[in-house]
Amino acid sequence: MLKGVKIKNIYTHIILIMVSLLSIFPFIWLISTSLKGNSENIFAYPPQIIPNDFTWANYSGVWHKVNFIGYFINSMIVAGGTVILNLILSAMAGYPLARMEFKGKKITFFAVLSTIMIPFQAIMLPVYLITLKLHLVDTVNNFAGFVGLIMPFAVNAFGIFLMRQAFLGIPKEMEEAAIVDGCNVFQLFWKVLLPMVKPSLAVLAIFTFIGSWGEFLWPSIVLTKEAMYTLPVGVNNLQGMFSSNWRFIAAGSILSTIPILIFFLAMQRYFISGENEGAVKG
Amino acid sequence: MFKYYWKYTPYLFILPAAIVLLIFFFIPFFQTFLLSFLDYSKNIYSPEFIGITNYAKLFQNPIFYKVLWNTFIYLFVAVPVLAIVPLFLAILINQKIRGVTLYKILIYLPVIVSIVVAAIAFKWLYADQGILNYIVTLIGLQPAGWLTDPNFALYSVIIVTIWKGIGYYMIIYLAALMSVPKELYEACDIDGAGFFTKHLTVTIPHIMPTIALVTTISAISAMKVFAEIYVMTKGGPLNSSKTIVYYIYERAFENLDLGYASAMAVVLLIIVMAFSLVNILCFEKNKYQI
Repeated sequence: MLKGVKIKNIYTHIILIMVSLLSIFPFIWLISTSLKGNSENIFAYPPQIIPNDFTWANYSGVWHKVNFIGYFINSMIVAGGTVILNLILSAMAGYPLARMEFKGKKITFFAVLSTIMIPFQAIMLPVYLITLKLHLVDTVNNFAGFVGLIMPFAVNAFGIFLMRQAFLGIPKEMEEAAIVDGCNVFQLFWKVLLPMVKPSLAVLAIFTFIGSWGEFLWPSIVLTKEAMYTLPVGVNNLQGMFSSNWRFIAAGSILSTIPILIFFLAMQRYFISGENEGAVKG
Repeated sequence: MFKYYWKYTPYLFILPAAIVLLIFFFIPFFQTFLLSFLDYSKNIYSPEFIGITNYAKLFQNPIFYKVLWNTFIYLFVAVPVLAIVPLFLAILINQKIRGVTLYKILIYLPVIVSIVVAAIAFKWLYADQGILNYIVTLIGLQPAGWLTDPNFALYSVIIVTIWKGIGYYMIIYLAALMSVPKELYEACDIDGAGFFTKHLTVTIPHIMPTIALVTTISAISAMKVFAEIYVMTKGGPLNSSKTIVYYIYERAFENLDLGYASAMAVVLLIIVMAFSLVNILCFEKNKYQI
């Protein structure tokens, strides 16, 4: 009996190890290439995973030619701004939808719900024209450029529904007690209710951050200045800059991945616990 | 409960979100239809009203049919794989075995890494003298131009999308598996049912709603692919890997033909909205408590 269980587990481990390797192998191979010096043929057959001519030179080379710190700061500004606006706007809109009675509540609810069905890719052309019309592009100035990168993603239905759900879970007595104690509705929202929905705010923040950090389509449409590039746009640009220098392209791609890797490892329980998947997916 | 707020307070709270949604969702939504009746190709600053000419041109354009066909191949290949493989992995990982967290982290890693980096990594694997062609020759097959041969390019890109999605859907399935009552498995064990019988009779029926959900979510995301194609093939060679979002992008921002691109966007909109409607009405009703 015991033996049967163990043998079954061995097959399970074999499959899971193989899938794990397939998941990380493209990165391993990229890392391997990024560490090979000029005297080593990166197209050698059979391929060498462990570099013969080990060097960090590709990293320092690409670091000096490409403004990674700039891309990183731009990405931080865009992702940070997107997260802050999503938290504020979703919480503000979610609260009355959960807790107040007002005329047009049903219509508001369905209007928000209907935006789930509209893919950004299908409406991006008018979004672009509107952004131009509002002068929210980097040709005006950098600040306008950042606002233009952030605003189309400042709030979405997933966030609003997530927060609405969170407010629905708070007992009504909490509100009543706060009102009896003399809170007005804004103090109630800010000081009593928001602290109680912190777990949902954290989930919203983390998933919005990941989404915004990886966004590629919108910045590659609106950005015109290299100084405004976010990391994904900057990394894609490496291909043009170093056309066939795969050592540099590989080193640059790996460098650009380090921040999000640290973020993921620090926050991994939010991602792999399974409680939050699909809660916030743009 | 007594009413503790002014009757306009709810509107004040909703206003900021409503403004953003109005400017960046609802107005663009209606404008997409409007733009599809305009011709921008002669003068980008003063488009001309041309009725349904863009649609007429679109439905006579063989490239458009090619692009639609490619998009549906994307669906037909990626969706079944993304509905089945992650479920199988979730079942394996949902056992009392060592290293579960490590497996989950490694399999989830492609999900969080930027699609641009993922696409570059695969471009390198697919290179003419790359490691994939080495492996292919090892097992006695002919090396191929994975991204340069029209027969392979689309499938090579689809593999990247699948590779990047497996971890995401696996975690969704894992959450669903936790809700299957343990007693049912115990009953199976007493009856001496094997691995496959057990999961076919207990697991699959129980998590059918999740399977349906994953199917529609992955179908919607397959309709929207862009970055993989932009980074790896630019839709080529010979439009063989061009899908609808990429073609919209190309017509709008490279050919500056916004009207024509909008007509295509309307087609995309209708397809995705149909999928989403099914999704919301059938599988996510509880989430939104309609």
